[in-house]
Amino acid sequence: MEETILTVNHLKKEYEGKPILNDLDLEVKKGEVVVIIGPSGCGKSTLLRCMNGLEQIQSGSVKLREDTIEAGAGNLVRIRQKIGMVFQNYELFPHLSVLNNILLAPTKVQKRDKKDVKEEALKLLDRVGLRDKADSYPRQLSGGQKQRVAIVRALCMNPEILLFDEVTAALDPEMVREVLDVMLELAKQKRTMVIVTHEMQFAQAVADRVLFIDQGKILEEGTPEEIFKHPKKERTKQFLNIFQFKKVEERKIS
Amino acid sequence: MNWEYIQKYLPMYEKAALLTLKLGVIGILCAILIGLCCAVILYYRVPVFKRIVAVYIELSRNTPLLVQLFFIYYGLPKIGIATSAEVCGIAGLAFLGGSYMAESFRSGFEAIDKIQEESAASLGMNSHQIMRYVILPQAVSVSVPGFLANIIFLLKETSVFSAISLMDLMFTAKDLIGLYYKTTESLVLLVFFYLIILLPVSLLGMWVERRVRYAGFGA
Repeated sequence: MEETILTVNHLKKEYEGKPILNDLDLEVKKGEVVVIIGPSGCGKSTLLRCMNGLEQIQSGSVKLREDTIEAGAGNLVRIRQKIGMVFQNYELFPHLSVLNNILLAPTKVQKRDKKDVKEEALKLLDRVGLRDKADSYPRQLSGGQKQRVAIVRALCMNPEILLFDEVTAALDPEMVREVLDVMLELAKQKRTMVIVTHEMQFAQAVADRVLFIDQGKILEEGTPEEIFKHPKKERTKQFLNIFQFKKVEERKIS
Repeated sequence: MNWEYIQKYLPMYEKAALLTLKLGVIGILCAILIGLCCAVILYYRVPVFKRIVAVYIELSRNTPLLVQLFFIYYGLPKIGIATSAEVCGIAGLAFLGGSYMAESFRSGFEAIDKIQEESAASLGMNSHQIMRYVILPQAVSVSVPGFLANIIFLLKETSVFSAISLMDLMFTAKDLIGLYYKTTESLVLLVFFYLIILLPVSLLGMWVERRVRYAGFGA
């Protein structure tokens, strides 16, 4: 089995005294695709945000190879360069063209040669079908296009791991597909990814491992087969049932 | 209307207009610098400094420029700082303009969503880089309309400089009226020269505003 590159250890996160994440442990191996599902407010997005230090944690640690984030400590700037993050609402920089959005961090943070990065960026844009949009501005793009640019922007930093925070939640169905296809492609390339999503069918298709989180804890984890076909815990079944629709005639009248 | 008189004193007005413009431009540049510093301090909520900035803004916005100029012009020598009237004028304009600029930049900063900062941070940028490449350009372009209005306001405020015997446009007009009683001609010239200075600024402002408006990125 591949080596573990990311370890979350006894992570505790409170918000105004209320526990959001409760003593949570997680390991992610190189090349693994971990999908996190769970009800709203269960802490799955918070977990992602803790992984790259966007949220202050109260105790525990997040370790990416030799770098560590602990409560109030850690070289965030260095660790974030190795962790790519894609947000629900894209969060492209509106004042920069698509290409400059992608080039900004590699050239200014990693101090890489602009020509090299540009070449790489255009190649990646080509792969997601947006090469002709390189000089457009974010506001000229559709949601799905913006999200694909955001993915390319994260990829161009050559991160060791990519975090996806409900990246299709704000999109129309057709655009959901174009973004998910890009992510499936990345999974095929053996990229390490942690994905928070409500797209259950996509989760089944892309995941090596699925975590069901509820009330700040990992309640159940396993292969997609185990979680979606044979969930053990009652709470998991209950949650997955939300995504099933019975025929009208089978519905009980209440 | 006496055209001979106008022709005769045109050069005096020209000189005065140059002085008005010079003090105005330098004062406004200082005001922009002060305003930006204040806005950044308020944005990061720097302890102690944010209080000082808050007091400064209230003090500066709620007292007339004339009073501020008197304090600088008559007050500074008393504590042993002797400077020229020109420097006093620039300092006064910067003191007043700094707070107005700070307020308009602050509204620009406030318009930028917090998550833009997180988005930049997640790419590994440090806070300096986030400010310089992501927050500042957006904040400044949002504050352009207020910023331009401030420039015009401050250029007009320079007319108060005459009170500390700077020979600006206002001073020249008052002087000539007192000397020759040619009120109409003097005032027409005064208006004419202020318009010469301010109209181009207004027009340029309208053009810039259309170009850099936030919604206009890529339009």
